[in-house]
Amino acid sequence: MFEIVVKKTLGPKITLYEVKAPFIAKSALPGQFLIVRIDEEGERIPLTICDYDKEKGTITLVVQAVGAESTRMESLQEGDCFADVVGPLGRPSELTELSPEELKQKKLLFVAGGLGTAPVYAQLKWLHEQGCPADCIQGARTKDLLIMIDEMEEVTDTLYLATDDGSVGIHGNVTVALQQLHDEGKHYDLVIVIGPMIMMKFVCELTKKLGIPSIASMNTIMVDGTGMCGACRLLVDGEVKFACVDGPEFNGHLIDFDQAMQRAKLYKDQETRILLRDQEKETHHGGCGLCSE
Amino acid sequence: MGQVDMMKKVPVSEQPAAERAHNFQEVCLGYTREEAMDEATRCLNCKNPRCVSGCPVSIDIPSFIMQVKEGNVQEAYDIISLSSSLPAVCGRVCPQETQCEGVCVRGIKGEPVSIGKLERFVADTAREMGIVPKGADEKKNKKVAVIGAGPAGLTCAGDLAKKGYAVTIFEALHKPGGVLMYGIPEFRLPKEAVVEKEIENVKALGVEIITDFVVGRTATIDSLMEDEGFDAVFIGSGAGLPKFMGIPGEQALGVFSANEYLTRSNLMGAFKEDSRTPIMVGKKTVVVGGGNVAMDAARTALRLGSEVTIVYRRSEEELPARVEEVHHAKEEGIIFNLLTNPVEITTNEEGWVNGIDCIRMELGEPDASGRRRPVEIPDSRFHIECDTVIMSLGTSPNPLIHTTTDHLDADKHGCIIATEDVGLTSREGVYAGGDAVTGAATVILAMGAGKAAAAGIDAYLSK
Ligand SMILES: Cc1cc2nc3c(=O)[nH]c(=O)nc-3n(C[C@H](O)[C@H](O)[C@H](O)COP(=O)(O)OP(=O)(O)OC[C@H]3O[C@@H](n4cnc5c(N)ncnc54)[C@H](O)[C@@H]3O)c2cc1C
Ligand code: SF4
Ligand code: FES
Repeated sequence: MFEIVVKKTLGPKITLYEVKAPFIAKSALPGQFLIVRIDEEGERIPLTICDYDKEKGTITLVVQAVGAESTRMESLQEGDCFADVVGPLGRPSELTELSPEELKQKKLLFVAGGLGTAPVYAQLKWLHEQGCPADCIQGARTKDLLIMIDEMEEVTDTLYLATDDGSVGIHGNVTVALQQLHDEGKHYDLVIVIGPMIMMKFVCELTKKLGIPSIASMNTIMVDGTGMCGACRLLVDGEVKFACVDGPEFNGHLIDFDQAMQRAKLYKDQETRILLRDQEKETHHGGCGLCSE
Repeated sequence: MGQVDMMKKVPVSEQPAAERAHNFQEVCLGYTREEAMDEATRCLNCKNPRCVSGCPVSIDIPSFIMQVKEGNVQEAYDIISLSSSLPAVCGRVCPQETQCEGVCVRGIKGEPVSIGKLERFVADTAREMGIVPKGADEKKNKKVAVIGAGPAGLTCAGDLAKKGYAVTIFEALHKPGGVLMYGIPEFRLPKEAVVEKEIENVKALGVEIITDFVVGRTATIDSLMEDEGFDAVFIGSGAGLPKFMGIPGEQALGVFSANEYLTRSNLMGAFKEDSRTPIMVGKKTVVVGGGNVAMDAARTALRLGSEVTIVYRRSEEELPARVEEVHHAKEEGIIFNLLTNPVEITTNEEGWVNGIDCIRMELGEPDASGRRRPVEIPDSRFHIECDTVIMSLGTSPNPLIHTTTDHLDADKHGCIIATEDVGLTSREGVYAGGDAVTGAATVILAMGAGKAAAAGIDAYLSK
C-alpha cells in the first residue's frame, strides 16, 4: 500500500499527489514513469513522475481526471493509499548520462504541453540541480490550465508561456511559440517535447524543418510496463519498439506519430463505457450506443 | 470398487464442451476418491519404474500410487512433497504424455496410468484436508532474495524457508504466481482454489512476498546485496518478452500478443463483466501459433464470444501444446488451420484488422530440432477474414536483470547462464533457474530448477 501524504488541486480537474514510496524515490530519475492501481479492482495506469524526494521517500504524480480511473482517483484523500505503485519504469532521459560539463555545452529547450508539464518539471529540476538550467515553452489551451508556473520558473532558465486563446504569454500554441523563438534568432541544440501526441507530432515536424534534433516521450497504452505484453508498441524508424522498456523517450523525428495516435484509440469505446457505468451507476440503461451488447 | 478395464484410463469427468465454451470454470473436474483408487489399481508397481525416469523431478510415482490404492492421501502427499512443491499445479499442467505417462509400462499395450490425474487428486484432497507443509524449527541468520514469484521462485523460496533462511520474494506484478497467475487461464488452473492456496502455503513457511517491485528498476541486485544485506539471490524472472513475426500489418488495431490478451483476461480479470480492464472481443479471431499459450489464448477468445481459428505452420503431430489442450480446444469448436503460415495482416481505412493472408505449407526435410521443416507451397496464398489477431510465437527472457547487474552473464538469446546442477551464475552468491535460464519451458522444469538452486544456496551459505 502506498500512502498519499499530500493532495493538492493544481487546476480544473488537475490534482497533485505526493505518495510514500521510498524504494522508488531512491531510484527514480527524470524521464521515467510509474504504473499505479487505485485499489484491488483498479486498472493499471501509467503515470509520469513529476518529482521525487529521496530524503522523504516520496514521489509526486500529477493527474488530470479525464478517463474512468483518473476520475475515480479524485475521491482519494490524504492518508488514503494506492493499492499499487510500480516503478520507476522505462529508461531515464539520455541527458542523465551526461556530465555537467557536457550538459553545459548544450542549449536545451523543453516543450511542455498541458499535463506534459509534470514530467518536464522533473527533468528541468534535475538539470537545475546539475547547474545547467534549460529553457522551456509551457503551453496550454488557456491560462487556468497552465499548472505549476511558480515551480517551473524556479528551475528554468527562461520560461515562455503560451496559450491558444492568448490569455497569458505568447498567443498561440507551443508550435507558434517555438517558431517565434526561432525567428528571434534563438538557437537550440536539442528540443525535448512532452505532451499530447498530436502536439508532439506537430512540434517534431517543425523541429525537423528547423533542423533541431528532438526527443518525444511516448504515452502509449500499457498493461505491465515491463516489456511483457507489447500493448505499448510503436514504430520508430520503421522498427517495432516497446515504449515501456525501449522508451518512453525516442527520437522525435523517427516516431510514426500517426500510427501511435491510431493505436491510442484502441480501447476508447470500452473506456467510455466504463466511465459511463461509473457516472450513472444503476441509472444507465443504454441508448448511448456504446453499451450495445 | 468398480470393474476396471486394465487397458484404459478410468475416465475423468469434465464439463461438457458445449457448456464450458461459454464459461471460465475449470474444464476437468478431477477424480473422485473411488475413481482415483480404481485408477491406482492399474499401476503395476514396476520394479524398474520407467515413469520415474520420465519425471523431470523424479517423483517416486509407484510409491505414491500404491498409497492412493489404499486410500492413504496423507502418505501419498508426503511422498510427492519430497520431490515437488506444486503438485496441484503440475497435476493439471504438466505435459504428462511426453514425461511420466509417455514411458509408463502400462502404455505399451493400452493407455498409460493416469499419473497426472492421480497427482492432482492427491494434491487437491490434501488441500481440502488442510494438510500444509511444515516450516523450519530453527531460524538461520541469513537473508536470501528471490526475484520473481513464478513456480521457480516460489519453490526456491519455500525450500529455503523450510531450512530456516529469511526469504523475501520480489515480484514485479501486483500479484504473485508468475505465469500461473497471468498466463494460464482459470478454466485450466483455478486461481483462488489452487494457485493462491499454493502461494499461501509458501507464505505460511515465513516467506515474505513484496509485490510491485521490479528488480533492475526499483532496486538492482547489487543494491539488494550491498545495501539491503541479502547474502544470496535467486533469479526466477521467467521469459516474459513476447515475439512478433515482423510481417506487414502487425501494428494494426486488433493485433495483440498472447501475453497481452491473457494478462488482460487472467491477471486483470477482464473476462468478468464488471472488470475495469478492457479486452477486445472480435467476431472472428485468428490465433497464430501452436503451443499451450496459443491454445489458452484461443480458448479464452472463444469463451469471450468469438469464433476462433488457430493458424500453425507445421502439422498436427508437431503441435507443441499438451495433447489434452488440443483435444479440449477441438471439442470446444476451435478451427485448426494447420500447415498454414501468415504473411500479411490486412486492414481497413481506419487501421483495424480485417483479415490475414496466409500461405499453405508442406513438410520437407527434418531441421535441427528433428522436426520436418515446413516449406511454402508456391502460389498458395489465401485470405482468412477476421477482426482480431493474437500472436503466440513464443517468448524470451527480459534483458532487464542481466543488463542492470554487474558481471551477470547471459547468452545471445538473453538467457542467464547458470550451472546445470545448482543454477550458479557468473556471480558469486547469485543463482538462477526456470524460464529465465532455459527460455520458455515448463512449470515442472522451473520448479525443479528452483529446488536445485535452493540446495545450492543452502550449501553456499552453510560454508
Ligand atoms: C499461457 C501459458 C500457458 C502455459 N502452459 C503450460 C502448461 O500447460 N504446462 C507447463 O508445464 N508449462 C506451461 N507454460 C510454461 C510455464 O508456465 C513456465 O515455463 C513457468 O511458469 C516458468 O516458471 P518461472 O518461475 O521460471 O517463470 P514465470 O512463471 O514466468 O515467473 C516469473 C515471475 O518473475 C516476475 N519478474 C520478471 N522480471 C522481474 C523483475 N525484474 N523483478 C521482479 N520480478 C520479475 C514476473 O512478473 C513473474 O511473476 C505456459 C506458459 C504460458 C505463458
Ligand atoms: S511405469 Fe506405469 S505401471 Fe510402472 S510404476 Fe510407473 S505408473 Fe506404474
Ligand atoms: S506495457 Fe506491456 S510491454 Fe510495454
